Amino acid sequence: MSDTSIRQQVIQRDASHSLKASPKRASRWRLDLVGWGFILPLLVVYTIFLLWPILLGLRMSLFNWSLVGSGTNEFLGFGNYAEALRDPDFWSSLWNTIVVTVISTPILVVLSLVLSLMVNSVTGRMQWIYRLAFFAPYTLSVTVMALIWSWMFEPGFGLLNGALTSLGLPSVNWLTQPGVAMLSIVLVTIWWTLGFNFLLYLAGLQQISKDVYEASALDGAGWWNRVRYITIPLLNKQTLLIVVLQVIASLQLFGQTYLLTSGGPNFSTRPVIEYIYDSGFTNFRAG
Amino acid sequence: MHQQPENVFGRRHFLQGAAMLGIAGLAGGTLASCGSPSSSSSSITFWNLFGGGDGARMIDMEQAFQRQNPASNFKAVTLAWGSPYYTKLVMSTVGDSPPNAAITHLSRLRTYAAANLLEPIDLPFLAQYGVTENDFLPAVWQRAQFDGKLYAIPLDTHPFVMYYNVDVCRKAGLLDSDNNLKPLQGPEALTDAFQRAQKVTGDIGLSLAVQDTTVWRLFNGLYSQLGGDILSPDGTKFVLNEAHAEQALTFMSNLTLKNKVANPNIDYAGSVALLGGGKAGFHWNGEWEVTTFEGTMNFNMVPFPNVFGGSQTWADSHAFIIPRGATPDQETKAATYQFITGLLKQSLTWAKGGHIPAYLSVAESAQYKALKPQSNYASDAAVAVLDPAAWFSGAGSQFETVAQSSFEGALTGQMAVPHSLQLFHSSVQRLLDQPVPLPQSVNG
Repeated sequence: MSDTSIRQQVIQRDASHSLKASPKRASRWRLDLVGWGFILPLLVVYTIFLLWPILLGLRMSLFNWSLVGSGTNEFLGFGNYAEALRDPDFWSSLWNTIVVTVISTPILVVLSLVLSLMVNSVTGRMQWIYRLAFFAPYTLSVTVMALIWSWMFEPGFGLLNGALTSLGLPSVNWLTQPGVAMLSIVLVTIWWTLGFNFLLYLAGLQQISKDVYEASALDGAGWWNRVRYITIPLLNKQTLLIVVLQVIASLQLFGQTYLLTSGGPNFSTRPVIEYIYDSGFTNFRAG
Repeated sequence: MHQQPENVFGRRHFLQGAAMLGIAGLAGGTLASCGSPSSSSSSITFWNLFGGGDGARMIDMEQAFQRQNPASNFKAVTLAWGSPYYTKLVMSTVGDSPPNAAITHLSRLRTYAAANLLEPIDLPFLAQYGVTENDFLPAVWQRAQFDGKLYAIPLDTHPFVMYYNVDVCRKAGLLDSDNNLKPLQGPEALTDAFQRAQKVTGDIGLSLAVQDTTVWRLFNGLYSQLGGDILSPDGTKFVLNEAHAEQALTFMSNLTLKNKVANPNIDYAGSVALLGGGKAGFHWNGEWEVTTFEGTMNFNMVPFPNVFGGSQTWADSHAFIIPRGATPDQETKAATYQFITGLLKQSLTWAKGGHIPAYLSVAESAQYKALKPQSNYASDAAVAVLDPAAWFSGAGSQFETVAQSSFEGALTGQMAVPHSLQLFHSSVQRLLDQPVPLPQSVNG
């Protein structure tokens, strides 16, 4: 083939390319439109139920805004913020949330790791029972979970006090004694949410190749060394994810305390979200 | 905001309430389908916060009403006691989808009326259903008023009373020949009686819940016997008579710490169990535990004693309200008034739970008078002292919680009486310092 013919071919190809290009650009535009069409329903919902309320909330926060009356909405600037920051109840409720986060997060991370290691080492037909057993509580809604535990914590005939008294120990006011109530909330939260972390760890464990363990076993690493130098480092990603999710979830603490103690006794288990709920809805002070 | 017999009690109520909700829902559904389709009665919704025995009696009353009015079409919903109930009630009204009729505590009435959350009761319309001002004690009628208008139809008064174990008190020589408690009056006579009962039980003389709203209720009654208000009538100023408050609280503190006739560390359920188990001669509490003791022990009830020269005692009152916008047309209004007055006339069933019926035709009936020990303290309806009115007060409110937690220390020994009163002052002042979220004052 001569040089000219090659050049001609190239030119032809270019030409054909440029001819096809313009319909392609139109189709990409059309594709974009289709894409927007797909996310539009979500975007509308997101705007109506999230963005707009956030903006309204910010506006309310600058006023003395009552939920029940007109005529009380005077502009306060940052007065509400100043009031909240000066309010010892705000700080004590924030502290309650932090206490729950600080106590429950390490336990939830370590315990779920231990349980997933244990369950992962179980082989054979019974494995699913163990997996299900630890994950099952997570599938309950907060209401169901709170009902179950309020029966267990019941002072007169609850399961926990029944067990204590049958062992000759004094019964405990699980939900009505300051100090104890908070630990009960932590206990319930651990039981309830452990399953999710457990599942993440279990998935992580199953991704670790058997080869690595075999190699280390050949090198003479014992069980603990394998866990310490192989399993835990290889689960770093899961651990990071779990810690972040756990901290976020703990800071959102509300349902358990609201249903089990209503923040009592004497506000000792009221988390900051309930402080916000109480001020805004129960006391009508939206802003 | 959390509410303390209510706390122990509330949780149990919540569970039972949840169960009731299911039952009520079922009942409502079944009954509705039985109603004649040609009925002109519009469908109405009724919200209440009654669990336990009260919840069961309310359902009995609803069913009796349905039998008498087969065409009536209503749905009763039971919600968790206290703040969760009131928050939902207010939010549904603000959101323009309230129930047609609801129960409130009268201690919350003025706040809701001031917030424009209620329809005033149409008196001529109410009279068509045979209910007028003459059917209530003036004191009870007065408590349902706001700014010269009636905003609620009272169902009961539920005072703080005195229970006693008949066997213990007989052995202690405190009963007359008819096995009734000899009158006890004044701090010395009462303390003496508690000490004598204590010798018989070998445990305590008086059972009194220290870890719940009971301490506030007791304080409110005793303080009122001495005379004085806690808040100004418009609910904006702290006007406590320090000397009277100190006298009342000192008496309370002496019961647990100095004379040791009562236990300084006992919760609500524990205090009930102490009387039930024969470990206490007397018990101070609201009348609503009557059914707990019935059939299990030989006990009796009397009005709260005159300690400081008056027979005032803490009480609250359940009443029917019609939320704003709940009766948009005449037909709904008629169905709502028919339902409320129909339940009101079933008050005898209600009285079995211990509550003093507000409806006089029942309260003055021979059947109620024969209801013992429930009718022994009927005189308390006239002398009842409710929580002081303010936007943050009332049954299950933040005010009750701060009052309780302030006074509790004086009974447990964690705080001296003057310190406890200072804490009460500063806690209430913090509530008063918040901007009032109501468009008008709570006294109209």
